[in-house]
Amino acid sequence: MRRVVITGQGAVSALGMDASATMEGLREGRLGISSLDIPDVERLSIRIGGQIHDYTPEEHFTRQELVLFDRATQFAMLAAREAMAQSGLAVSSENASRIGVVLGTAAGGLHTLDDSYRAVYEAGRNRVHPFVVPRLMNNAAASHISMTYGIEGPGFTVATACASSNHAMGQAFHMIRSGMCDAILTGGSESMLVFGGIKAWEGLRVMSQDACRPFSKTRNGMVQGEGAAIFVFEEYESARARGADILAEVLGFAMTSDAGDIVMPNRDGAARAMRGALKDAGIDADSVGYINAHGTGTTANDKTEVAAIREVFGPHADSLLVSSTKSMHGHLIGGTGAVELLACIMALRDGIIAPTIGYEEPDPECNLDVVPNVAREASVDVALSNAFAFGGMNAVLALRAI
Amino acid sequence: MYHAETPEGFSRMQNVQEQVVAILAEQAVMEPSEVSPEATLEELGIDSLGLVEAIFAIEEAFDIQVPFNANAPEESGFDISSVKSIVRAVEGLIETAQT
Repeated sequence: MRRVVITGQGAVSALGMDASATMEGLREGRLGISSLDIPDVERLSIRIGGQIHDYTPEEHFTRQELVLFDRATQFAMLAAREAMAQSGLAVSSENASRIGVVLGTAAGGLHTLDDSYRAVYEAGRNRVHPFVVPRLMNNAAASHISMTYGIEGPGFTVATACASSNHAMGQAFHMIRSGMCDAILTGGSESMLVFGGIKAWEGLRVMSQDACRPFSKTRNGMVQGEGAAIFVFEEYESARARGADILAEVLGFAMTSDAGDIVMPNRDGAARAMRGALKDAGIDADSVGYINAHGTGTTANDKTEVAAIREVFGPHADSLLVSSTKSMHGHLIGGTGAVELLACIMALRDGIIAPTIGYEEPDPECNLDVVPNVAREASVDVALSNAFAFGGMNAVLALRAI
Repeated sequence: MYHAETPEGFSRMQNVQEQVVAILAEQAVMEPSEVSPEATLEELGIDSLGLVEAIFAIEEAFDIQVPFNANAPEESGFDISSVKSIVRAVEGLIETAQT
């Protein structure tokens, strides 16, 4: 069976404007969550988020590009640019149709939608910008990456709420392993930090007004973030042959559906996804050293996830390091699994486990080693990355050090 | 201001109770007459999503903000332990909003 490795990474998040700055933030246990700076914030009850501040689109893109790039697309383009540069993957007429792009997003161009609704409903204007449709479509980022790099193979975007990126990267992995493609740019992007986006989330009453504290007894909800991460997944032999720097191997992937509740998490669905990823990877549960948890900081998710981990790993659960980096960069919804994959790569490659910050008090229902507040050094051979979405759709990736 | 001591205040408070019960009855798919003031949400078969929708309906009906976080219900200052406690909490929020 063909092996799949990661040869490039790029990211933008509230922790930094590239992958190394984001990873530095993860290492330092830095809080990227701050007061939201958006129009009409005074009409919101939720006023914090992992927002990217001090970002000037005009410094990165031309006017012609910006009329077509929603903020979510801009983040994806920046991350793709970094990942492609690092990977050194050259797209030519010989290999273009063997290379693909598979991204995840939950909301696509929500800024474009919000701005355009304001224009026609609030301001009473009778026309919107002519490119509203190509800006807001969920596949816009994947399309622009394909156009920018001349990628002519499979291209699409998947939407499974908070698991979108993991579903995307899992697809990319299986498509290379099966021989459909030789390389794929994959990951995800999200930017829902607009008035309409936050207002919608407020309604569910699962958001915290002060902080994201996963696994802490004092947790009181999730905090949204924004950003993107893109990776170059590549067939191992060809990556090696061209002398690429290999960051990690993608070893396994599985997805399940709870077939239960539209918002409540489900232990069995989560456990089946983790077990499935181990089986797909052909490894024992005992070989896993680190799990990047879904860890949203809601009461329901965190205790359900811990119960699922205990079910899958048995006594080995007490030897696992489990952390949620959402405490630092917020929950990037459809882009979250992509940014969180950086924490897995950091664990495998650098031996540094990103902490769960904001941790205040143990919860008997979350009694795992959640690496509270401070990063830790550890030698890890295999890492899992969990994503459990609204709608009961779960996607888990397994990565190995190389 | 609603004062239960005055006839006018009394009828308005009765109206709050009727409206809250009607909102909860709709979620429970029951007749309002079947909703006992002592009933818990669980007994009425109202789950977490149903509760969130009922709170939305309450906010819209009385033009108030209900401080409810599903992650920490007991810390929200909005007592959801029974129909009666919800009615009382709504009455309190209406009073606060008027002052």
